[in-house]
Amino acid sequence: MTINATHSASGSDCSALSFGDPTFRDEIRIICGENVLSCYQCGECTAGCPVAFAMDIAPNQVMRMVQVGMRDEVLGSSAIWLCAGCETCRTRCPKGVGLSKVMDACRQIAVQSGIKAKEPNILKFHEEFLKEIARNGRVHEMSLVAFYKLRSKRFFDDMLSGTQMFLKGKLGLIPSRVKRVAEVRKLFKLSANR
Amino acid sequence: MRIGVFVCWCGSNIAKTVDVVAVAEAAKSFPKVVYSTDYKYMCSEPGQSMIRDAIREHKLDRVVVASCSPRLHEPTFQRCLGEAGLNPYMVEMANLREQCSWVHERTPETTEKAIELVRMAVAKVAKNEPLSRSRMGITKRALVIGGGVAGIQAALDIADAGYPVILVERTPSIGGHMAQYDKTFPTLDCAACILTPKMVDCANHPLIDIWSYSEVEDVQGFVGNFEVTIRKRAKSVDESKCTGCGLCLEKCPVKGIPSEFDAGVGTRRAIYRPFPQAVPNKPVIDREHCRMFTAGKCGVCQKMCPTGAIDYEQQDEVVTEKFGAIVVATGFDLWDYSVMGEYGYGKYPDVISAIQFERIMNASGPTEGHIVRPSDGKEPKSIVFISCVGSRDEEHGYPYCSKVCCMYNAKQALLAKDKLHDVQTYVFYMDIRANGKGYEEFVRRTIEEYGANYIRGRVSRIYPDNGQLVVKGADTLLGKQIEVRADLVVLATAMKPQPDAKELARKLGISTDQYNWFSEAHPKLKPVEVLTDGIYLAGACQYPKDIPDTVAQASGAASKAICLFSKEAIMGEAMIAYINEDTCVGCGLCAEVCPFSAIELVEVVDRERSTRENQVMKTVARVNEGVCKGCGTCAAGCRSLSARLRGFEGKQILAEIDALADMVKVQR
Amino acid sequence: MKYAYFPGCSLESTGKEFGESTRLVAEALGLELVEIPDWNCCGATSGHALDHTLSIALPARNLGIAEKMGLDVMAPCAACYNRMRSAEVELRENAKLREEINSNLEDPVLGKSTVRSALEVLASPESLSRIGERVRKNLAGLRPACYYGCLLIRPPKVLGFDDPEDPKSLDEAMKAIGAEPVDWYFKNECCGASFGVAKSEIVVKLVGDIISNAKKHGANCIVTACPLCMTNLEMRQAEASKQRHENLTMPVFYFTELIGLALEVPGVRKCFASHLVDVNPVLDLIDRNLISTART
Repeated sequence: MTINATHSASGSDCSALSFGDPTFRDEIRIICGENVLSCYQCGECTAGCPVAFAMDIAPNQVMRMVQVGMRDEVLGSSAIWLCAGCETCRTRCPKGVGLSKVMDACRQIAVQSGIKAKEPNILKFHEEFLKEIARNGRVHEMSLVAFYKLRSKRFFDDMLSGTQMFLKGKLGLIPSRVKRVAEVRKLFKLSANR
Repeated sequence: MRIGVFVCWCGSNIAKTVDVVAVAEAAKSFPKVVYSTDYKYMCSEPGQSMIRDAIREHKLDRVVVASCSPRLHEPTFQRCLGEAGLNPYMVEMANLREQCSWVHERTPETTEKAIELVRMAVAKVAKNEPLSRSRMGITKRALVIGGGVAGIQAALDIADAGYPVILVERTPSIGGHMAQYDKTFPTLDCAACILTPKMVDCANHPLIDIWSYSEVEDVQGFVGNFEVTIRKRAKSVDESKCTGCGLCLEKCPVKGIPSEFDAGVGTRRAIYRPFPQAVPNKPVIDREHCRMFTAGKCGVCQKMCPTGAIDYEQQDEVVTEKFGAIVVATGFDLWDYSVMGEYGYGKYPDVISAIQFERIMNASGPTEGHIVRPSDGKEPKSIVFISCVGSRDEEHGYPYCSKVCCMYNAKQALLAKDKLHDVQTYVFYMDIRANGKGYEEFVRRTIEEYGANYIRGRVSRIYPDNGQLVVKGADTLLGKQIEVRADLVVLATAMKPQPDAKELARKLGISTDQYNWFSEAHPKLKPVEVLTDGIYLAGACQYPKDIPDTVAQASGAASKAICLFSKEAIMGEAMIAYINEDTCVGCGLCAEVCPFSAIELVEVVDRERSTRENQVMKTVARVNEGVCKGCGTCAAGCRSLSARLRGFEGKQILAEIDALADMVKVQR
Repeated sequence: MKYAYFPGCSLESTGKEFGESTRLVAEALGLELVEIPDWNCCGATSGHALDHTLSIALPARNLGIAEKMGLDVMAPCAACYNRMRSAEVELRENAKLREEINSNLEDPVLGKSTVRSALEVLASPESLSRIGERVRKNLAGLRPACYYGCLLIRPPKVLGFDDPEDPKSLDEAMKAIGAEPVDWYFKNECCGASFGVAKSEIVVKLVGDIISNAKKHGANCIVTACPLCMTNLEMRQAEASKQRHENLTMPVFYFTELIGLALEVPGVRKCFASHLVDVNPVLDLIDRNLISTART
């Protein structure tokens, strides 16, 4: 794992590190309410994370980077997209810090800021999921998978089991729709108004 | 009446916010003030000199010092007046710091408030009366509660100074936690080897009486004059007959009781000695498990005893003794990690606490010093030590650091490597706190010479697999998960106060902090005293600490007791309550509300209603001048104004209020 | 007992056995489930992954409708339960958010309804004793590894259900129907959840770890209470076996299917037909009531 810290010749200016600049931490706190300064970098989160093996930055390092304001590195990492939301970190943290909530906030900021996701398929999956809800109020799994495959171009993944499931009637043909879907759609605008 | 006013700058503490020169100037016009000045540091030697000189030169008979809180320097200025020949209680302080400059901004109103405070103090001091302190005798005998290394050291120091000591210990032997340890850091001295000589010194010292298997039940009295009720529990052994031969121990049929001394990894019998070097080296019978007491039959030990020392009829003995000083050295307890599900809820036999590992390593322990796994008795090939289990962990245990674990983890890793040459040791840590003499070098030795693998990160979970334990931790320096397969896991559990610390504090009348550690009088400057005079703290009962600090603190506590005993008498407080027995109606309200139980109701002759032939008695309240702290609660509650507080009489307080009201009127 | 029933999207498709068996078992136990009319998707993982406010607002709409029904909510799907309960708790604590969301809802949330999972309801002491009374077929011979996953039990401060480190509710439910749940150590380890679609290699690894540990401890099946865990555990067995060079074939059940089986509720067996991993070997074992000490 590499951190792209740029140093000037005198070594005194690290523009990728902005210690003391609370902007990014504050952004995070406004969304999820967590005070990242409570974290004393014990590594408990990394130790128990089921997906840490696949991450480019360890969970505790994501937290550290948020603490010191390394906004671009965090939002451009694959780690924030690989967080499965299992809440193991939040449950075991000795300081009661919710790293999972910080991860959520990072994703939210990344999308709002238009930063390219390092795990584009995962973002596409989430986006298609939410689009399904906006369309019908509920997620029709076959449509979700279809739209996701289209966007991610992963046409041949799970063909066999997908077919199996279809044949066993587990992928319902007809999507059900919420009658008051307009009410549901209104809820999507709440974040933008904040 | 000639009052002098001295306004202090307190460096910039007051002067930055209050115009002290203006205050001193304003004071010149106050009633009866004949002299007023200001100075940078009134409490300093030149400052105090200035006060003494002014008293002489201007023939002052009362003084107001406008400076900091009386809690800080009232005794200083009282002494200063005494040196100048005035009664020490003819000084009043106006608190321009804590109650003015430290809580306001620099505005004209702030200086006006300062002037008001000085005017009030001037009005009060005009009504002051000379006070004096009472003399009380001192019982030159010390009680040391707790027979660990802290209590032992304190007892030896006080006894060596020539004063008798009773050392009360609730387990059957003195020695405490230190006696359980194998070797101690950083010297790797064998704990028992360095402790037992001191234990024997205690036993042999003509001025020390060890009362083991005993507990303090009640404490009454005050400094120099404590009365303590102690229960000497029945050991069922007549110590005057017992020779400590140990025959009874071999034959007792009730085995398998988890041994407290072995922290649960070893067992003992119903009649037992906690460890071979116990002092007193005489057994006791645990009546909760002994068949003679639970079932009414056995008696084997009595039959075996060659001197007839076993006495099943023995009763507890409750005695009340007088002491002048009490040293509290009750030590610590260890946090029970079995609340942590991530580490197995205490159910995995090969996950043990550090004190249990200590007993396993110890040659006089249940495995005779062989490091083996509790589950199968085999030697471990890999041992994982985990720091901060319950410490620095506000979610599961305590937020504080237990201070000694970093060092004993290193020690245990080093000793394990020393005994088992091909064992791999891993220490999961967050920080390494090695801040004593020789400590940092010791940890480096463990890492560099003995090859202990130090991994910076916590452990999220431990679970069993194939007879081993999978330890899922992290190395935050590498940014990676680290999984170790361990044969044995040793947890450094937090130090916590004894479970009955709060109750003992209540009996002694001392305070505890939010965790129930005993509160020292001042965290920086009074580490061995408490707010109650005559009671001193030694050792871990005040806060986690290692052996060097414990011994040092114990000697410190002892020196305070010796200092007390070196006096002929104690001077009581002057500003205490008194009851006017002529007007007192004996309603008893003051006795009820007194937080220090310093007031009692007594029968006196009613002078108004008695004649020479017929004496009528009445009930009145009376203050115990030794216990009274001068809080004034009785005076506030007394309906007949019979209970009063010297130094805070009604006329003094009313004078202050009048002075303030006048100023407010003037301002309007 | 009557509940406002929240099936959630997956119980209509990939999790349909869960929905079916939950309904059948609830009926058999005398619990009335009234489906929340016009319910919407709770947002699941994708909601909170991208938009915090939305992730509370979507469940809030359903909570509001349930409150109008005057009932507490029962949600079988672990994700739905976790999102609905999190919303319930956060809306109670955050007045500003509550006002903001309520002003956009026809049925506002006032904190009157509590959200429970199907596991919580069906493994409660009352339900367990009712189950115990009505067991017709003792499932002895069944040695399930009770798999709780993540969202039913974490984070404990929000959910307040069972013990996140050593949960017992599912095990108790299994014991009540005569099965012999095994002691194993991956009860609460994540299966990889929604990465099943977008990054399945993660799920393959995690599922492999889970099933391997279940087998090691003598389980002959896995029982779960989450449709995504079920899907992941079933779908990735072949790949995981290949990756680990181990035979990781193991039938997976929803706990409600097994309760239905024990209560001999008609219609439960139809659920098994749509399982991706053949459950017949274990069903035969139960049907023949074999008490086997041999490990599969």
